[in-house]
Amino acid sequence: MPEYPSIVFAGTTDGGAVLDIIEYEKAGGFRALRKARAMAPDAVIAELDASGLRGRGGAFFPTGRKWSFVPKPDQLPKPHYLVVNADESEPGTFKDREIMLRVPFRFLEGCLIAAHGIESHHVFIYIRGEYEREFEVLRDSLEAIRKADLLGGVTVVLHRGAGAYICGEETALLESLEGKRGQPRTKPPFPAIAGLYAAPTAVNNVESITTVTPVFEMGGAEYAKLGVENSSGTRVFSLSGDVVSPGNYELPHGISMRELIYDVGGGVPAGRELKAVIPGGSSTSVLTSADIDTKMDFTSLVEAGSSIGSAGVIVIDDRCCMVQLGIRVSQFYEHESCGKCTPCRVGTKWVTQILQKIEDGRGSQADLDLLLSVCDRIMGKCLCPLGDSDAIAVLSYVDKFRDEYQAHIDLGRCPFDGESSLEGILAPSELHAHHGHEPAHV
Amino acid sequence: MSVASEVQKLKKRYPDPLSAVMPALQVAQAENGGWLSPDAIREVADALDLTPAYCLSIASFYDQYYLEPVGRTHVEVCTNVSCGLAGAQQVVEAFERELGVSAGSTTDDGAFTLGTIECLGGCGWATVVAVNNRHRLRVQAEDVPGIVEELRGA
Repeated sequence: MPEYPSIVFAGTTDGGAVLDIIEYEKAGGFRALRKARAMAPDAVIAELDASGLRGRGGAFFPTGRKWSFVPKPDQLPKPHYLVVNADESEPGTFKDREIMLRVPFRFLEGCLIAAHGIESHHVFIYIRGEYEREFEVLRDSLEAIRKADLLGGVTVVLHRGAGAYICGEETALLESLEGKRGQPRTKPPFPAIAGLYAAPTAVNNVESITTVTPVFEMGGAEYAKLGVENSSGTRVFSLSGDVVSPGNYELPHGISMRELIYDVGGGVPAGRELKAVIPGGSSTSVLTSADIDTKMDFTSLVEAGSSIGSAGVIVIDDRCCMVQLGIRVSQFYEHESCGKCTPCRVGTKWVTQILQKIEDGRGSQADLDLLLSVCDRIMGKCLCPLGDSDAIAVLSYVDKFRDEYQAHIDLGRCPFDGESSLEGILAPSELHAHHGHEPAHV
Repeated sequence: MSVASEVQKLKKRYPDPLSAVMPALQVAQAENGGWLSPDAIREVADALDLTPAYCLSIASFYDQYYLEPVGRTHVEVCTNVSCGLAGAQQVVEAFERELGVSAGSTTDDGAFTLGTIECLGGCGWATVVAVNNRHRLRVQAEDVPGIVEELRGA
């Protein structure tokens, strides 16, 4: 396997961390911040445009362009805000936590560069409540930066979430940060114009912001040479599931799925066969072993009928029943639906129920048709993509594994006969009754 | 420090004091033995000049606010896809056996609450088990008796 450059995790070895500010600075830390602060905000954005950096949270929106949408302070004289989305919760994704644990200063340096770029003096980092250790590392690193007098008049507030996947959606996150229930807003207006406290706001993912630092260290044009067209740079791929060596791997965009799963991840455990791959977190369409040579970049995955999403790659071997996978994924979205839009609130629950009926051997041909119809009536009909995520995932399982779904109906039972690797997996929604959102009319 | 004075400090961190409601609920919950009783909710409401109903609407939305008493040790097993593929169900069952309760309930002596939880963001280190919000990684069913023994002794 070729040696690939380490950009996000540069300066760390063997999973180690740089938690000492002096050590970080000695290795070249805060050079990028000084360089950026010597530049005009417009030049900062232009440098980022040149890097081709696109959002690592899942939407892959060009980061520089996102910043350019934030009006100049003289155009809109309100406080400007940078909000960092550290609410990593997409099943299969665990990169941001490792970034925060291992290179917290690179991440915080990126926050300060970004704040300069959008002319903001206020940074809020919204970190999921389950990340206790990560919160402590950021708190201590931030204190070290404050003591080193590097904040430059910028306040950075760490705000802890409290267990709600929906707060990873940017407008729900802003609602939550304002002290409300985390329910998405209608767009437009977009956060760039009316975000936090109805003021201009850029919302960026942890990995995107961390990557900003090396972009200014090496220069945007140099960074853009890494990766492939439309997908510059490296990506921290989270590899999990039925694979010999799961973990986070920083690799350039455009490596093949085969290289990631087999050369880097050691392949599926002996005696089993690769069946399916979820390439970008649980909300992306499933691929099969036939897609193994697909390149892991934005364009290639769209062409393959899926998405790079959050680059959370879940490997699934031949022991897994795809109806059970559908149930488990749908249960997740059902549990996390905020309840605001009816198609999502009712539809995700309905999808789970139909899948359960098929898995139990009580499903008919009409149920399979109904399943597809319900998914179709969720898609594109809500304020945010949460319901769509359930529908996209489940539709792809039926599409790619139609024979297996059909077999459940024809046999009147699960063909795995109780031997599926997901057999009997419990649903938190059933165990946290007081947090359930019972639809008023199903 | 009292909840009320802690909340006054939190309010100063934000341009709008309403933003302090989540951290304030976290403080009140920690002070109240890990759950939000009606009195604890009222304390937050008073400190932020909000109604208890508003604070309850926030507390009921987020999974990490508990509206019923929880055990001194709170064990939560991730059962999402990657942990499920690694045997999370067997881990849940092992905890049920060792603790003598089913998932979603608390032991009679109030020592343990056992639950399952959605993705904890540790898919590459499955199965992830949160013990009082501290993550233990790569837990397998056979590790569970030792973990419970350790937690009982703690």
